[in-house]
Amino acid sequence: MTDIVTSVPVPSNKIDSDIVIDSGELEKSLRRPRTAFNYIMSSLTTLVTIIALIPLFSVVLMLVVRGGQRLSLGLFTQLPPAAFEHGGGFGNAIVGTLVMVGVAALISVPFGILSATYLAEVAPYSRLSNVVRMCGKILTGFPSILAGVFAYGSVVLVTGGFSAIAGGIALSILMLPTVILTAEEAIHMVPAKIREAALGMGATQMQTVWMVLLPTAFPGILTGVMLAVARAAGETAPLLFTALFSNYWLISGGRLDLMQPTSSLAVLIYNFSAMPFQNQIELAWAAALILVLVVLTVNLIGQSLSRK
Amino acid sequence: MVQNAQNLSSAPNPANGNGKSVVIDCNITELYYGKFKAVRDTRIPIERNRITAFIGPSGCGKSTVLRCLNRMNDLVRGFRFEGHVHFQGADIYHPSIDPVAVRRYIGMVFQQPNPFAMSIYRNVAFGLKLNGYKGDREERVKRALCAAALWDEVKDKLHTSALSLSGGQQQRLCIARAIATEPEVLLMDEPCSALDPIATRRIEELMLELKESYTIAIVTHNLQQAQRVADKTGFLYVDTTQGGRTGYLVEFGLTKQLFEDPKEKHTQDYIHGRFS
Repeated sequence: MTDIVTSVPVPSNKIDSDIVIDSGELEKSLRRPRTAFNYIMSSLTTLVTIIALIPLFSVVLMLVVRGGQRLSLGLFTQLPPAAFEHGGGFGNAIVGTLVMVGVAALISVPFGILSATYLAEVAPYSRLSNVVRMCGKILTGFPSILAGVFAYGSVVLVTGGFSAIAGGIALSILMLPTVILTAEEAIHMVPAKIREAALGMGATQMQTVWMVLLPTAFPGILTGVMLAVARAAGETAPLLFTALFSNYWLISGGRLDLMQPTSSLAVLIYNFSAMPFQNQIELAWAAALILVLVVLTVNLIGQSLSRK
Repeated sequence: MVQNAQNLSSAPNPANGNGKSVVIDCNITELYYGKFKAVRDTRIPIERNRITAFIGPSGCGKSTVLRCLNRMNDLVRGFRFEGHVHFQGADIYHPSIDPVAVRRYIGMVFQQPNPFAMSIYRNVAFGLKLNGYKGDREERVKRALCAAALWDEVKDKLHTSALSLSGGQQQRLCIARAIATEPEVLLMDEPCSALDPIATRRIEELMLELKESYTIAIVTHNLQQAQRVADKTGFLYVDTTQGGRTGYLVEFGLTKQLFEDPKEKHTQDYIHGRFS
């Protein structure tokens, strides 16, 4: 029991003699290879960063220039024009995108948060959790077209037609892993002392989750949901197989009808950009600008929430 | 090793409230975290309306022992325990016992003040809400805050965030939160280590008031604190002879006797600041 409290004497540095340095050695000089290499590499990283930003800024610039000239209130209220027709808008596509992303969120958010609770709290080390976590990571890079094919086989063929519901389900598959993984991370980030406080009070596991962990983790969870929504809003491929497209409002018999083919901004851009008519091509640019603005806004909201 | 006089034979009688009965009889034969043997041979009886302190060097298992008393160690992966902890005669490690229910009767105050990110009022009412308390919540919250000597400081801002309070106030809030549900026993794991001397003194005064109605067990690094507040003190030490660092109870007795006339050499060395 002699080795419990030991203090090692710290050897003191000798600062007896004055240190004399040639002041030339302290000057910046590119002639020294080390300094020159450092300078070149620093410049290179700056240059490469700027080059990487060129595509992003040119895309945004082009969207603003070409899509901006068609911006008007009519875009939001009118239906897509027929061939050779002038004017028109894509109000139905905006509604369609919002509805399908909404359906996807309604499915993926509760599923995602409950699974995240399981992963983070109920059984973090179980084999099931490890499998789910790994699948989640793989699914974040899942080719979106395959989500469309899956929803086509399991929803479109079963219900007998393209629909907003099928589109929403396809998008929810893409959103789910993002929601699960970010929510799990957010729940993990809640300090252990807060969790202990609740459990020490005699809270059950689920009381701890509902009354303490989820409220504390809420900003982080919301960020994940926002990122997933932003991704889903821009997806085209899964919607081609599931919602297809429509030139009309999402209404039949005066009521909202989710079981009919539905237009979306992404598919509208895809369709119209390939048409040989100037009017449609201009509309595609405007739709692209609006889609980017929507995704950007959702992203910014998500990021600002995560900083709180 | 001192075997204490009071043991299971004097099993607590609930009707006997004269302050002599043992509320928690803690007998840890061996306690493991995974393969690591953290504590052995520690038996501490905790008496009603008394303050029992655990002292000892870092890593001697004081907190571990304290956390056994309301099954907080269950949350640690790989925790394994041999021995028994009897709470008013019932073995709380019996398979039929719900650890959640145990923690409602044996409350805990932690080293770091850990209020929830909600209002002062909702923090104190948290336990009442957990238990679905139907009575006058505001009255109970006020009573708990008064008992924790915090009411005068927060009565005008009950609905502001608890995180706006100072460290000492937060810790008293945590005490108020723990006593709002009127537990039998209050476990305090170094409750003053994150506080300045003034806040520490307030908490100590508070403990002396609270022992009228509650039974308190406290872990502390501060020997003066144990002398000031504790009726009985247990000294734990680390045994490194068997390879690991296993804590065990060296001596347990009346605080005055333990500090003035310790029987064991380790205790003498520790309380006189002599380390081998």
